[in-house]
This record gives sequence, C-alpha cells and structure tokens, in this order.
Amino acid sequence: MARILTYEERDTWIHRLSGVTKLIFFLLWMLASMLSYDTRVLLTMVLGSLVIYKMSKIEWRQIGTVLKFILFFLVINLLAIFAFSPYEGVNIYGSRTDIVHLFGNYWLTKEQLFYEFNVLIKYVTIVPAVFTFIITTNPSEFAASLNRIGISYNVGYSVAIALRYIPDVQDDFLKIKHAQEARGIEMSGKASLLSRIKNTASIIFPLIFTSMDRIDVVGNAMELRGFGKHKKRTWYAGKTLKKADYIVITVSVIITVAALIITFHDGNRFYNPFA
Amino acid sequence: MKTKFGVKEVVAIGIGAALFVALTQVQIPLGIPNTYLQPRAALLAFLAAVFGPVVGAAVGLIGHALGDIFFYGSAWWSWVFPEAIFGFILGVFAKKYSIKEGGFGKKEIIHFNVVQIIANAAAWILAAPVLDILIYKEPVNKVFLQGVAAWLGNVIIIAILGTLLAVGYSKVGAKSSSLTKED
Amino acid sequence: MTPIIEFKDYTFKYRSQVEPTLRDINLKIYPGEKVLIVGPSGSGKSTIVHCINGLVPFSFAGDITGTLRVKGEDPAKLGVFGMSKIAGTVLQDTNGQFIGLTVAEDIAFALENDMVPQEEMLDRVERVAEIVEVDRLLKNAPWELSGGQKQRVSMAGVMVDDVEILLFDEPLANLDPATGKRAIDLIDRISKERNATILIIEHRLEDALYRDVDRIIVVGEGRIVADLKPDEILAGNIFTEQGIREPLYIAALKHAGCRITEESRPQHIETMLLDSYKEQVKKWFQAAEYEKRKQSEESVLTVKDLYFSYIEGKQVLQHIHFDIHKGEMVSVVGKNGAGKSTLAGIICGFMKPTKGSILLNGEDIEGLSVKERGEKIGLVMQSPGQMISKPMIYDEVALGLAVRGVPEEEIKERVYHTLKICGLYPFRNWPISALSYGQKKRVTIASILVMNPEVIILDEPTAGQDYRHYTEIMEFLKEINERYGITIIMITHDMHLMLEYTDRAIVIADGHLIADDAPVNVLTDEMIADKAYLKKTSLYDLAVKCGIESPSEFAERFIHYERALREGEK
Repeated sequence: MARILTYEERDTWIHRLSGVTKLIFFLLWMLASMLSYDTRVLLTMVLGSLVIYKMSKIEWRQIGTVLKFILFFLVINLLAIFAFSPYEGVNIYGSRTDIVHLFGNYWLTKEQLFYEFNVLIKYVTIVPAVFTFIITTNPSEFAASLNRIGISYNVGYSVAIALRYIPDVQDDFLKIKHAQEARGIEMSGKASLLSRIKNTASIIFPLIFTSMDRIDVVGNAMELRGFGKHKKRTWYAGKTLKKADYIVITVSVIITVAALIITFHDGNRFYNPFA
Repeated sequence: MKTKFGVKEVVAIGIGAALFVALTQVQIPLGIPNTYLQPRAALLAFLAAVFGPVVGAAVGLIGHALGDIFFYGSAWWSWVFPEAIFGFILGVFAKKYSIKEGGFGKKEIIHFNVVQIIANAAAWILAAPVLDILIYKEPVNKVFLQGVAAWLGNVIIIAILGTLLAVGYSKVGAKSSSLTKED
Repeated sequence: MTPIIEFKDYTFKYRSQVEPTLRDINLKIYPGEKVLIVGPSGSGKSTIVHCINGLVPFSFAGDITGTLRVKGEDPAKLGVFGMSKIAGTVLQDTNGQFIGLTVAEDIAFALENDMVPQEEMLDRVERVAEIVEVDRLLKNAPWELSGGQKQRVSMAGVMVDDVEILLFDEPLANLDPATGKRAIDLIDRISKERNATILIIEHRLEDALYRDVDRIIVVGEGRIVADLKPDEILAGNIFTEQGIREPLYIAALKHAGCRITEESRPQHIETMLLDSYKEQVKKWFQAAEYEKRKQSEESVLTVKDLYFSYIEGKQVLQHIHFDIHKGEMVSVVGKNGAGKSTLAGIICGFMKPTKGSILLNGEDIEGLSVKERGEKIGLVMQSPGQMISKPMIYDEVALGLAVRGVPEEEIKERVYHTLKICGLYPFRNWPISALSYGQKKRVTIASILVMNPEVIILDEPTAGQDYRHYTEIMEFLKEINERYGITIIMITHDMHLMLEYTDRAIVIADGHLIADDAPVNVLTDEMIADKAYLKKTSLYDLAVKCGIESPSEFAERFIHYERALREGEK
C-alpha cells in the first residue's frame, strides 16, 4: 500500500520523547485547532507545527503522496464551500466587501476569502502535527501511552492489535483479491452497480470470514498467556517520562490555554479584521 | 442491556479495526465523479450486529481514526465520532438479530435494516453535520447535503452487502441436521 | 514418583457435539518425560492439550466426567490463567499466537499481564530469547519473520514464565522439512536443559521422531489405543491401523517382508540395527518392478529466463526456466520464502516479471489479463476459506461462469458435470458450512475446474492434513490429472507428496532454480536437499545401509510398489 504513513526509527529529541508526551501534545493541539477560529492563533499554530515538523527531520518521501492527497481534498472542500454558501463569510463577519462579480448570484467577497483562508489553515495546522506524531512514535509505545493517560488497557490493547494486524489483513486482502480476479471477479469495470457490489462481496467475504476465525485463535492465545488477569498490566515498550517530557507537556498545556483565552476572551471564536 | 467485555471483545475490536482500515481503500464508484460506496460501512454494521454496541462503537472510532490518519494524514473527528455512534446504535440490538446463533431470517433482516437506516440517519444526517458546524463552522446547507449523501450511500451498501454478510455468516453457524444426500 | 499429569476415567463432550470427543482416558505422565501424542484429525488429540491448559471447559464449553490432575490441580477449577503458570501451550497457528507488535513484546506478553516491572522484563526477555536463538530479532515485526522464527518466538513466549510443562500442538504443521527438523531439535534441547515435561501433538510421525521421545501415545476416536515406547510401537502395526503414516523406512522394511523387532531399535534409521534385514531388503529391491511413466512431449507451459524483483536491485527470482508438459503432475518445492508463491503469482499475471516470458501452448501470454489467464491457468489457494464467498456449493462453483456471462442453462450443465467429477453432486444443494475440510477443498478445486483450465496450480494442497485427508485430496487430484489430462502444478513442502504423486520436482532456493528432476533424485541428493531446506528421504539411508547401489532407484521402486498397493485397494 503506497499511501500509508508509518513510523521510522530515528534519533531526534522528538523521537526520544515518550509516547505519552506526544499523545498529550497531539490531543491538546487538535483540541485547540478544533475550537479556535482565531486567525492569529491558527497562524501561530501553523508556524509552530512547521517548526516541529522541521525538527523531527521527516523526509519528503515519507509524506509526499499523502500530502498531495490532502491538498487536493482541501481545494475541493474550499470550492464546495464557496459553491454552497458564497456569503458564509459575510454572515460571520457581519460586513460585505465585494471584489468581483463572477456569475449569476456569485460575488467574490473579501469576507468569504478570509473565511475560507481560515478554514484552510484550520485544517493545515493539524496536518504537520499528525505527520510528526505518526512518524516519530513507535506504535509499540502507543498502546502503553493510551493506558498511561487513563484509558483502559483493554482499549489500549485493541489499538495495539489493530496496528499489529493491519499489515496481515492487507496482505490477505491482496492474495484473496488476486485469486478471485483470476476466477474472473473484478471490482472495477463497467458492470452494473449491483454486480459491482456483488463482485466486491466475493472478494471481501472470504477476508472477513477468515478474520472471524482468527478472532477466536488470537483470543485463545491471549488468554493462555494471561491477558486480562489483573486490573492493571505493565508495558515492555513503555517509556518513562523524563525532564524533556515534563517540559513539553507543560508547554503544550500553556499554549493550549493561551490559544483558547485569546480566541474566546471577546466571546467570539472569530478574529474579525473587518470590524 | 448487559455487555460483557472480555478478551474476545478486545480482539474483535482490534481485528475489526484492522479490517476497517484495510477496506478504507476499497471503494465502489457510483458513476458520479468522486462519489463512492464504502464497503467498510457494511463491515462495521456486520461486526456491530454480531458483537454488540461496545465493539461496534470502538471499531468505528478506532478504525475510522486510524484509517483517516494512515491514508489521509489527518483525522476528521467530525466524521470519526458519528461512525462510533452508528456502530453503537446498531449494536444495541445485536441479540435480536441472532446472527451467530444462525437465526438471521426474514424478520431479522427487516429489523437489521430498519435499525441501520435509523442509525445511519442519527450518525450522518444529525451528528456529522452538527459536528462539522460546531468544529469547522462549515456552511449549513453544504454539510447537510454531504450528510444526506453519506447516509444514502451507507444505507445502500449496508442494505446489500451488510445483509449478505450477516446472512452468509449466519449460515456458517446454522445447524445442518436436516441435510440429506441426493442422487 | 507421582505423575505430573494424570487423567482418570476422563470423558469430555463439547457442548456443540452429540458424541464425546474423549472417552475414558487413563493416562499418566511423569515429570521430565517427553511424550509424543499421535492420531488422525478429529481423534481428540488436540482436545487433550486443551483439557490440560484449561481452555476446556472455559473457552470450549462442555461436560467433563472423571478426573484430571495437573501438578495436583484441577484445570477445570484453576482456570486458564492459573494453568498458564504451570503449563505453556505453543499453538499450531504461530502467526495467530504472535500477539505483540515486535518479537520482544510478544515474548514479554505474559510478563506484562502479570505486572512484572519493566526492568525485570527486559532482562528475562533477553535471556529466554537467547535460548531459542531469536535474540538478534528482538525488534523485528511478525511480517519480517519466517514461520520457523515465529514458532521460536512462540516457544520463548511461553517459556518466559518458567512453566514446568510445555504443550506443542502440531509444531510441524506449517514448516518446511528442514525447519521442522530444527524445531524438533530445539524442543529436544529445551527438554534436556530445563528438564521440562513435554507433550508433542503431531501426525507427521517420522519428522516428529527425529529426536528421541520417551513414549508414544496413539489416540483414535477419542480413546487411547496405545501407550508404548517408540521401539515397541514401531515394531507393531498400530500406526497403519489408525491411519497414521509410518516412517518410510519402516514401511519399506515391511513391504520387503521383514518382521521388525523391538531389539533392532527402529526409532531412528541412523542407529537401527539392520543386519538381519539386509538380505530381504535386497531381494525385494531386485524383485520389485517399476516402469517409467510415459510422458507427453508437448509442452503446455514454458517459463523462459524469468526475473522478478519488488525493489530494484533486490532479485526475488532469477533466471527461472522450465518446461511443463501436457498432463504432467509437477511439484515446485523449496524452503518457505524462496519465491515459489511469487512464481505462481507471476504465471497468473498478478505481478509482471522484470524480464523473461511465459508461454502457454507456445504462445506468449504477456498481453493477457489476469481474468483471461484465469480461464486457462487456474489457481487454488492454500486454505479453502480464502476462496469461498458463497454460502451454497452450487453458487460457489458457478461463480466463475456467472461473472463471465455464460448462459444459465450451460452453467447448470457444467456445474453439475464438475460436481460429479469431484464427487460433490449428492451435496449440490448443501451449504458449504456443512462440509468437511477436505470437501471444502474439493469445492474450491471444482470452482476452478468448471472453467476448463488446461493447467491448475495448487498452493500447498495438503498443508496441515492428516494421512487420510492427504490421500483423499491427492488421489482426487491424480484422478482428474489422469482422466481429464489436466496439467497440475503443486507448490508444496510436503516431501511425501512430491515423492509419491509428482513426476518431476522444480526446486527453487533463494530465487534460483537449482534442480529440475525426478523427485527421487532430488530427495536422494544431499546437496540439493540441503540448499532447498528439504529433507533427504529415509529410504535413501535405508538403501545405503543395506548396501544397495542405487538408492534413488530403490526409492522409486518403493513408490511404485505403494502406488500399486493403493490401486489394489480401490
């Protein structure tokens, strides 16, 4: 699978941070970017995440294809917003400054441009953060981290199993798909919708049914080695928190609180340059 | 509603989410540009119907979040949570479908589909657009139209693929004492 | 001495079944013993393991009568968790048993669940990893490991708990012969070094006996049929009666009319005392006849100078070339990961070769799509579950024709015809779920056969099957090969299969074709066997030890003799 982000071992201070720290940072960052619509906050966050991204020494080949896909999606989304609601910005900012008449009822306004710019950077702020998180956090540590921040280890381990089995399932899927294609069952093609669905069924059913058997096998294997015996469990791959971790956590909390104060101190999520 | 949460459920969530992620890239083109039916929705409906609400919600949440992150580099939380809501609602009635016991007949098929239509509506026409508005302040008409489109697509794929999956799996567990060889 | 495991009048019935799976089991196993439990599929031998580790009755519900004590405890009371401190189980499915994201985490899994502090875990994992020689793979993910390595990790994962009893459920099922030998060797070493009590469940008797065991217990239809020392039991006929395949050298000696005695120490061919049998064996060798099978000279599939790589510079296959004749049965062998499955994938068109060509009936098939090739070259996957997508037999077999738009009347006719060939016609209206494993396998073969292919490629057609099912599947393949002239290519690491059923073996090692010869020649050539992780057949050793000049001819006569016996039975 080409377009998939994966962890790669490196030695930067970000790689060395505990997964817990990165998870907390990631969640707070996400929270701030979701709640805030303040252009100043969002721009600062974009800059900040670019700095972090730079420091984690991620290479273009690791993210290139995914990034192109995101940009494509964002452009489509921005166009769709304009198509559906060309005066959304006018409503939000309470003024209207026309730039040019396009066609029919569609005028391009400064407010709309500014609003859509905000939508764009709102999405963009979290993208480098996600990249950094995924590419610098060892998946082995991830389950331990979830458990550390208070999520039940059952749930944490579910995530670990998902990560463990994604490559297996993808491999099985490919094998089954090939074998069924050789029998003449194809998913694409010009057949009618119903037969396309039926053909998809012929490929995914064997995958799902064999996976149902696998659930029993894996469940037994885990039970045989004592999974669920105690209320708690320890983690081989967990990292202990060091000084750098505490600093990062504190800084993330401060940034988030600051971002939210700046955003909401006037009772409005939006920064309004037109007022 | 009694839900036990043991090793089986942990594994079902994990492997279910892995399947959900793997099927993220399997899409059936509808013929309209950029519009696809998503077989993974049928998978989620099936798993929720077999294992119940907790597994349903968790597979939706974990599967959708991981799938988004791995393939699209970001999690669209306003669409992740509705997936969990859908899995949960459909799973609440898991006992009634009795898929594992081999009793997924006509009555159960209707029940399953009525619930899936409602659960999909709650997730995609209600939760997703509301979250889109709350988080991203996207235009109301846009997000509701998107929601209705997603609802329709999921209802169709689950009605066909989800039902077939449940029927097929139900037959695996069915008793076969009444079979005779024919010449 | 008190036994560490003791079954007394033990009977167990699974809740979902009508008949008990184990009946009146009386069995004592003493501390430090190494016991081999053999029996055909469905005999209940795996259930014995699950009774000891507590999965019965906690994961597999059912009714127990009689008593079982393991180290003085009752597993039905102590539960799966309690038993995991006493007995460790290595399951047959080593991929399913691999739970962690990396080797180290998987080994540590039991410790994590026991809340062992991280520092201590690191240390214990390191130590046990060294014992099974995976200490250099600690950071590897499961998909980077071979089957044999995964199995070692599984062993480490249960040994990390210092258990006194180790249970191995069909440890050889998914391994190539040489890796299987190493596994048996490792189990032997562990039993000696740790003085652990070891139970090995297996139906591949000859391979399992590669190292000494104290006792062999034979299970048949839920009862213990025999409980004897290896030498004693090999001298009798219990194995053949129970549908378990005897070691080949024993079978050969019996065919020659020798009465095997316990005193001749028949457990290993290397150390067996053969003096009193030599003459008889020689005489039989000279008398046994054999004829070469007539070969068609017309080639159906030709692979010419084929190269393949996923990543540039890393060759998976190099300079592969062979010619397969019409109506042949050919095996493609080599160790796990040697590139056999990749080769099949290229022939079917799933991947494109980087160089070289494939000809079908003399014509290059480069331009043909996967679907078009599928009409001429059918592929049957290893496990039926990977192919079956319809609940009903008829629909499954009809699928390939239906998607090709064949008219319904013709579909019906062809499906019925194929079902008759495959012996499935009486079941045509049954759901597939009601069939046995062997029958399901037939359904998948039928679903390919119905398209009238010229060549069928089967990936590991007999993996994990006991002797009876193995014979059933192989005799069926032989029949469609002989009667309908369909060329059959099998990817396998089952040495018996290749020896008994194929005319020719194509041997691939590390991406190179290293032999293309009669199976007997391959299996009596030490260098090729070594390179391809095969195992030299014990018939070779027997022949050499009896002073027969041409061991490969001896093997050939043996195979011919056995074939004639089987045909006589039919």
